[in-house]
Amino acid sequence: METLFIQRDAAQRAPGKSPHALVGVVASGNLEVLLERVLDGVRCEVHVKTPAAGFGEVWRAVIEDFIERHAPGGLRISINDCGARPDTVSLRLAQGVRLMTMEASE
Amino acid sequence: MSEWQSQRLARQARLEAGAILAVGGGKLVAAGDATALLEAVLRPGDRVCLEGDNQKQADFLAAALVKADRARLHDLHIVQSGVTLPEHLDLFAKGIATRLDFSYSGPQSGAIARALNSGKIQLGAIHTYLELFARYFIDLTPHAALIAAVSADRAGNLYTGPNTEDTPTIVEATAFKNGIVVAQVNQVVDRVPRVDIPGDRVDFVIAAPKPFFVEPLFTRDPAQITDTQILIAMLALKGIYAEYGVQRLNHGIGFGTAAIELLLPTFGEALGLKGKVATHWALNPHPTLIPAIESGWVQQIHCFGSEVGMDEYLRARPDIFFTGNDGSLRSNRAFCQTAGLYACDMFIGSTLQIDLAGNSSTVTPTRIPGFGGAPNMGSDAHGRRHASAAWLKAGREASDGPAAMTRGRKLVVQLLETFGEGMTPTFVEELASVEFAKKMRLEVVPVMIYGDDVTHVVTEEGIANLLLCRTPAEREQAIRGVAGFTAVGRARDRAQVAKLRARGIIRRPEDLGINPLDANRQLLAARSVKDLVQWSGGLYAPPGKFRNW
Amino acid sequence: MKNALVPSRTGSWYEATARERISGLLDAGTFHEFLGPTARAVSPHLALFDLPEAFDDGIIVGRGKLQGRAVLVAAQEGRFMGGTFGEVHGAKLVGLLRYARDHHAEATSPRAVLLLLDTGGVRLQEANVGELAVSEIIRALVEARAAGVAVIALVGGRAGAFGGGGILAACCSRVVISEQGRTSVSGPEVIETNMGAEEFDSLDRPLVWRTTGGKTRRLLGGAGAYAADRIESFRAAALALLDGGIPAFDLATLAREQARLAERLEKFGACQDAPEIWQRMRLADAARIADLADEDFNQIAQAQPEANHDAR
Repeated sequence: METLFIQRDAAQRAPGKSPHALVGVVASGNLEVLLERVLDGVRCEVHVKTPAAGFGEVWRAVIEDFIERHAPGGLRISINDCGARPDTVSLRLAQGVRLMTMEASE
Repeated sequence: MSEWQSQRLARQARLEAGAILAVGGGKLVAAGDATALLEAVLRPGDRVCLEGDNQKQADFLAAALVKADRARLHDLHIVQSGVTLPEHLDLFAKGIATRLDFSYSGPQSGAIARALNSGKIQLGAIHTYLELFARYFIDLTPHAALIAAVSADRAGNLYTGPNTEDTPTIVEATAFKNGIVVAQVNQVVDRVPRVDIPGDRVDFVIAAPKPFFVEPLFTRDPAQITDTQILIAMLALKGIYAEYGVQRLNHGIGFGTAAIELLLPTFGEALGLKGKVATHWALNPHPTLIPAIESGWVQQIHCFGSEVGMDEYLRARPDIFFTGNDGSLRSNRAFCQTAGLYACDMFIGSTLQIDLAGNSSTVTPTRIPGFGGAPNMGSDAHGRRHASAAWLKAGREASDGPAAMTRGRKLVVQLLETFGEGMTPTFVEELASVEFAKKMRLEVVPVMIYGDDVTHVVTEEGIANLLLCRTPAEREQAIRGVAGFTAVGRARDRAQVAKLRARGIIRRPEDLGINPLDANRQLLAARSVKDLVQWSGGLYAPPGKFRNW
Repeated sequence: MKNALVPSRTGSWYEATARERISGLLDAGTFHEFLGPTARAVSPHLALFDLPEAFDDGIIVGRGKLQGRAVLVAAQEGRFMGGTFGEVHGAKLVGLLRYARDHHAEATSPRAVLLLLDTGGVRLQEANVGELAVSEIIRALVEARAAGVAVIALVGGRAGAFGGGGILAACCSRVVISEQGRTSVSGPEVIETNMGAEEFDSLDRPLVWRTTGGKTRRLLGGAGAYAADRIESFRAAALALLDGGIPAFDLATLAREQARLAERLEKFGACQDAPEIWQRMRLADAARIADLADEDFNQIAQAQPEANHDAR
């Protein structure tokens, strides 16, 4: 397994009140994304564990694009990847940010 | 005797050699004598069409030919559209055949690449369907056609069933040019349900021990359609079908076009497109089109072939499909390909690789699947003279010339996910087929659809309208601009791509008012094969491999 | 257009993730997860095999409400490693069932456990601990039932309920199954590997379903309720079973169950394939069972004595 860590400042804090959310499933070609509202300010951290070696550059591009478009400030995002393609990664990240804006379930 | 009769005399000699094996002086030959018959009527060096269509296979005759004595039959020149059975390649391994001209290899795409590499096959060319059919009448006319049909009567009249496919074309070229026609049939009957091939074009008939093989090639299980494919389908519907008002079209056979078919009654309906787009089709009977047909979207469909499990549904929908007086579907590949080329305003389909000029290919370093019919459908017909709104709009977008002389353009749309299986990028700097052609010493690089025919590239990142590009550099940036996170996409000139977007050459989902988060499977009119069966009112009978009930 | 992230009751059970099933099954906003993903209770074994982990190890456990009544719920994610029982995965389910066993007396305590099974059995990479986990789960399940808790299995996912999951389903107070759902101990591939394709062709999907699938299980009484493949349908079936009374877990019930199984074996033991059973049952649509719509099938099942009994 390869691990990657990317952190950037987002343009603003992620909207919503949910303390955390999980989206996706660890299944072939898919991934799970755990979002936790635990960081100060507009910092965003993304931790990736992936079985596909050698795609660091692609991950970096996907995540930077995500942070630029969705402004997920204050979120620590942890990813368990299972060989998802970039389009799936982008989709899950966007779904996760949307889920964080919904009512917390507890 | 005049020297003008030599072919006819040769045919007579072959017929007499074969007649010894015929039962009671008729056309019927016992299955056990199949190899002997082929040895009697074929000659070394003959051009032979061993019917291998996209779907229907003369598998029994193929196996019989493989068993032939190489001392009697050798150096055959195989001229057939589909080389899809292991037996087809066994002919070359045994030296019975040495030369090959074909269109499509499907499941044998790896084996054919190996055989080419080892020198077992002397390759003439890889054709499109229409191209090969055309050459049957010019310089690749078969000396013998070994064909497949559902039933025959004792006079040799053949009923092909719904999978008529290539048979009339093959028989036309062979029977009217002094060739020999041998048919394998599933059964011999007193009276065929309808005459697809008149008996006077058929010389010998063999009842095969097993029905001929047909592969369900066009069944896409809706359960496997992904959110990304749905997003791409939504972009295509809103950005192309609606924009151009495309009524007459052909779809490829991938999951992307299956998604479009299943979005017509839902997303398409919400866009108000019913009756305005996708009404007339050149298409195999795709099960995924059932919901759109049942919802009243479709007026008419002409088919290249049939599809396993669809027969009863087709029989019950003669307003939509071409059927015989017996009620069953009548397909015809040559006519449907012609219809796709000349009478359709759009071809939309997927490919494995596309380069910076928009050239696409399905060749990989180890596989050569051939072309089939996509290049016929996916090319602008320069012989077309009739107008339609979609055709004219595309033509106007492509031209800066004087309006009075503007000709239309066929819309040729590539639906692509930016990455394929195993993170293989779909967008590449150079097609794998270029290297392949060098290695195989092919005179022409195998290209499925040439870039100059492609009008739009649609990916999950957006639509690139190549009609509006005016320079090769603009085309390249338009393609890079929808290539996502592939190396090709990441190497885009961001400023140029932003300019192209401002000019409407690149359109993002948000430019079309589509939120990628809305692209989900709830939008599909059917989410499983079982749903398709229900849409069909129980008429569609899917093969077992597509069932989970 | 519908939002994919809002759990939909009308959505397909088969397609839904474990979390989506729970959200749609329970009363909105009532689910409280125990040891959720932020706790990162992941498998200690998968990293040794260089395999991806899941933050919840493929099972979600917690409490919530079903039409106002307190329930405990566990849902396996059939797409993560086939929903298999690993050490942590199993421990979470054991803990939930023991909680049910120990906390059922107070007025507000949950009196039912819903097991959303979706599993191929024990996780290969954690075989020994997985087998132990299944044994512990069976014991905890039986103890919970003996304490008066209703344990209801809901089966309709991709992985079905095989191996230890099949045994668990058989131990439950009641089983709800859909057409897509399958229960058995040995899976089709396992049978084919051991006995040959002539005995059981695992690629013959209609055969697989008419042997292990939901309709067959329902008609034979292996499931007490048949649900359409919608989350709301599973919810309605689970509620109906709870309202219909749960069998006591005592000697009398077990004796009746034993008698029922013996009778079934005697009546149908010689049958080679499911349609023979339907013929012996004198079902009107014996040849068409697989093609029947859900409502039509439910009517037939409800009228069938073998499918309905009070044992378990």
